[in-house]
Amino acid sequence: MADEDVVLLDFWPSPFGMRVRIALAEKEIKYEYKEEDLRNKSDLLLKMNPIHKKIPVLIHNGKPVCESLVHVQYIDEIWPHKSPLLPTDPYQRAIARFWGDFVDKKIYGLESRKVWSTKGEEQEAAKKEFIECLKLLEGELGNKAYFGGENLGYVDVVLVPFYSWFYAYEKCGNFSIETECPKLIAWAKRCMEKDSVSKSLPDQDKIYDYVLHLKKVFGIE
Amino acid sequence: MAGELVLLDFWPSPFGMRSRIALAEKGIPYEYREEDLRNKSDLLLQMNPVHKKIPVLIHNGKPVCESVIQVQYIDEVWHDKAPLIPSDPYQRAVARFWVDFIDKKIYELGSKIWKTKGEEQANAKKEFIECLKLLEGELGDKTYFGGESLGYVDVALVPFYSW
Repeated sequence: MADEDVVLLDFWPSPFGMRVRIALAEKEIKYEYKEEDLRNKSDLLLKMNPIHKKIPVLIHNGKPVCESLVHVQYIDEIWPHKSPLLPTDPYQRAIARFWGDFVDKKIYGLESRKVWSTKGEEQEAAKKEFIECLKLLEGELGNKAYFGGENLGYVDVVLVPFYSWFYAYEKCGNFSIETECPKLIAWAKRCMEKDSVSKSLPDQDKIYDYVLHLKKVFGIE
Repeated sequence: MAGELVLLDFWPSPFGMRSRIALAEKGIPYEYREEDLRNKSDLLLQMNPVHKKIPVLIHNGKPVCESVIQVQYIDEVWHDKAPLIPSDPYQRAVARFWVDFIDKKIYELGSKIWKTKGEEQANAKKEFIECLKLLEGELGDKTYFGGESLGYVDVALVPFYSW
């Protein structure tokens, strides 16, 4: 499995890209990171993901894999010996996939974006639903150290990238996620103690600056 | 491996159809329960408290929610008959990509076609056909997306044919 050619086309603030970075780091896979300029996408990106033209794209021995949830499962299956991310039991796998799907639908869906991109009543409604979704995740975490149990698992990898965006959400939404969901923030900080996570997530201040920049670009106050 | 299987479903749901096909492909007997979506059963609300949606597959009392997750679960538990998901990790990633594509595009665009009119409808129709053509491209000369026999992408997509 050595001498494999692994390239990741990515964009530094993307939580989807972060998932792949974490999974590769957990498995200790060496890869080439290529930063994409999303306003000027490379020929390689357009060729490797002609359908969606989006990052992240994982290129393994010249063959592209697209969609971050697909990436995490692929990485787990190709390199199964280190840090298994998905459970072996089919029912536990179904549960992990369910929560991964929930995170995609609810934490980074169009509704949650409203937490930083809207104001007034619309923003309040978005904040309320966002916190409710985080509380559901807290419920699923329970007393476990990680969603994966004793170690990082699929749901941890899928969810923790959004922690780098929480500060931006809090500043724009004028609320404290830690006050509402202390268990979840404790979990996130626990994940950040691992190099695979802390080295894959950008600084929260940088993400906040990026969100401010996006708001300017989209003409949002 | 047998044991009790119940599918909470709603007859027109293409998502429910996926699970029906997967179970039928594997020859697995199960109890089908029709839900009235305007009056959801206590069982449905208990088994899918997060989304409160069908289909829900209940295996020995334990719920599995979300149709693509159900199909994968069915394939993993009853792996001896009619395998749906490829065994090669790269082919699996390709199949999962296309199922994700179907979930993102076909249902929503299809819904816009019958829910809207005028320009919004025209745009939806155009994009819908473009998506179907992309799927045709992926099918290529194969009999099924799964090759010689029905696979994961076939099961995910063919329910929409009834719509």
